[in-house]
Amino acid sequence: MNLIRKQAWVMGLLGLFVALLLVTKLIQPNFGVNGLESLARAALPFAFATAAMAVAVIVGGIDLSVASMMAVCSVTAAVLMEGIGGVPAITITLAVGTLMGLINGTLVVVTRVPDIVVTLAMLFVWQGTALLILETPGGAATPWMRNAITGSFIVPGLPNALIIVAVTVAAVWIPIRRSKLGLAIYATGSDETAAFRSGVATGRTKAMAYGITGLFSACGGLSLLALTGVGEPVPGPYLLAAVASVVLGGVILGGGVGGLLGPIIAVFILRIIRTILTLAGFDPNVTTIVEGTIMVGVVMFGAFLVQRSRRQAA
Amino acid sequence: MSNTHPQTEEHVPPLLRVGRFLKDNPVIPLIGFLILLIGILEAMRPGILSPYWAGNLIKFAIPLAMLAAAQVLTMLTGGIDLSVGIVATAAAFVTATLTPLIGPAPAMAVAMAVGALVGLVNGFGAGIARVHPLIMTLGTGLIATGCLQVYQRFVIATGSDIPDILEWLGTGRTAGLPNGIFLFLPFAAFILWLMRLSGFGRLLFGLGSNETAAKLSGVRSWQVLIALYVLSGMIAALTGLLYLGMIRTPSLSLAVPLMLPSVAAAVIGGTSIFGGRGSFAGAIVGALILRVIETMLTLARMPEGARIALFGLIILLVTALYVRFTETR
Repeated sequence: MNLIRKQAWVMGLLGLFVALLLVTKLIQPNFGVNGLESLARAALPFAFATAAMAVAVIVGGIDLSVASMMAVCSVTAAVLMEGIGGVPAITITLAVGTLMGLINGTLVVVTRVPDIVVTLAMLFVWQGTALLILETPGGAATPWMRNAITGSFIVPGLPNALIIVAVTVAAVWIPIRRSKLGLAIYATGSDETAAFRSGVATGRTKAMAYGITGLFSACGGLSLLALTGVGEPVPGPYLLAAVASVVLGGVILGGGVGGLLGPIIAVFILRIIRTILTLAGFDPNVTTIVEGTIMVGVVMFGAFLVQRSRRQAA
Repeated sequence: MSNTHPQTEEHVPPLLRVGRFLKDNPVIPLIGFLILLIGILEAMRPGILSPYWAGNLIKFAIPLAMLAAAQVLTMLTGGIDLSVGIVATAAAFVTATLTPLIGPAPAMAVAMAVGALVGLVNGFGAGIARVHPLIMTLGTGLIATGCLQVYQRFVIATGSDIPDILEWLGTGRTAGLPNGIFLFLPFAAFILWLMRLSGFGRLLFGLGSNETAAKLSGVRSWQVLIALYVLSGMIAALTGLLYLGMIRTPSLSLAVPLMLPSVAAAVIGGTSIFGGRGSFAGAIVGALILRVIETMLTLARMPEGARIALFGLIILLVTALYVRFTETR
């Protein structure tokens, strides 16, 4: 029953996305493959930030430092690529991201300070680290990396950016979810005490989950670099967007429920709303306000749902 | 622990006893720490200490301490207000751009109204929709930034002017002390009265210590939270006005860098981020300590990134120590 309801939510999101695509087509009749392609490209960092946030939320925490970790990874890769070339730089960046995530998770477990406070403090630590690595935007992305996310040549008709998100997230998340670790993550998220008493090493699970969050953040930072071509040390507006997408995607703040597919569809929904507003001729700043209001509204609605389910349980 | 008997006072481990002492009197060790830091500063750069330097230290600690008041009050209920930086900036920008149009007093009134409005939205989110205040205030901060950018377009041609009173408060000195204290002393007295003696203060402590118990005793938490966040927004707006007088160039990111240090000042000052415990006197000393540390970092030529990272680590370390010391397990 629960499974059907969960899938129904994802299906509903997909339906909403298709409906919004049709609206876009109505407003701008020549919105086609190119429009879809630029939409997917712009959504790339948001999608990875959301995947990162979703893992932290599923394990019962939250990671406010996602945007800052993305900034660290973006500047790290940008600086390294000038020196040692593309592939080693990407490998090192992914390792750095995972390490940052593991540090976050270990601090949460060891200090016993709530996740939200630890990651708020780490938000500033990573932000400072990014500024230490690169004070002003600089470095460079290798050309093939920039080309990889543009166009739609891997599968005709489907944007490359979309395929990259789908393949990366699936390659990381599906094996983990099928493994013992995945089960432990969901168990820890839904009831940490119960999971601990059933023999789950909850501390280690949490640290590992934050490590995955860090890995996805590194992917986000790399896509940011590929998108702009320079390393940007100041974190972008990814935190609130990620929280809103996670909530809209059916992952309940508090943990244990939801997957990564819903949140990623939610990212595209929020992005296409922005496209629609832009096509409708709104000022970009007004678009930001409307978008912010929608995101706050979504989070409020999610909190309301949590409140209601708690009341029903009580 | 192996013994299952309830612990009596004699069996309190020494670490815990130190923790309890610090918890009850956070100001005493903090002042000691401040003096120690000033001593290190004097050793780093002999001759830096002077009445003028002290005046400057106080001058720049005042806006920080005022924003920390907003953090202390919201933290008492287990919340936080991350929109203070942008609210202060918005208040300053609105005042500077509206003064040539409608005069200084109405402009300042509009600026305070902006603060109250953002606070109202925060209060609605935290009190009625029950969103975590951290996420809620982050969201309103984002929306307010967008609004400010749109607003800037409409007033770009009008130019800006800073009310004389703010300039006097921000830059003037009386007997070596910055004029800002004429605003700060009544402000601090009000906050201390609010926290220690007023019924509203007791409601804040009650909600933070045990929300369920407070609710069962008849506290309507949503009303308290809305009033609290409106107050927090107005404190931020007032700080923005003072800061405008100090810096004298309105910009769209004027007071944004004050947000993180304001959280750090409150946490250093012994305010628990989990609610139920807090002290504004501690936050004032915390603000002074942060300003001294900032001077040291500037003297040591530390880059901006190191400063941000260090403040983040301070918040984490102090919070972790509080959790460790005050844990009764």
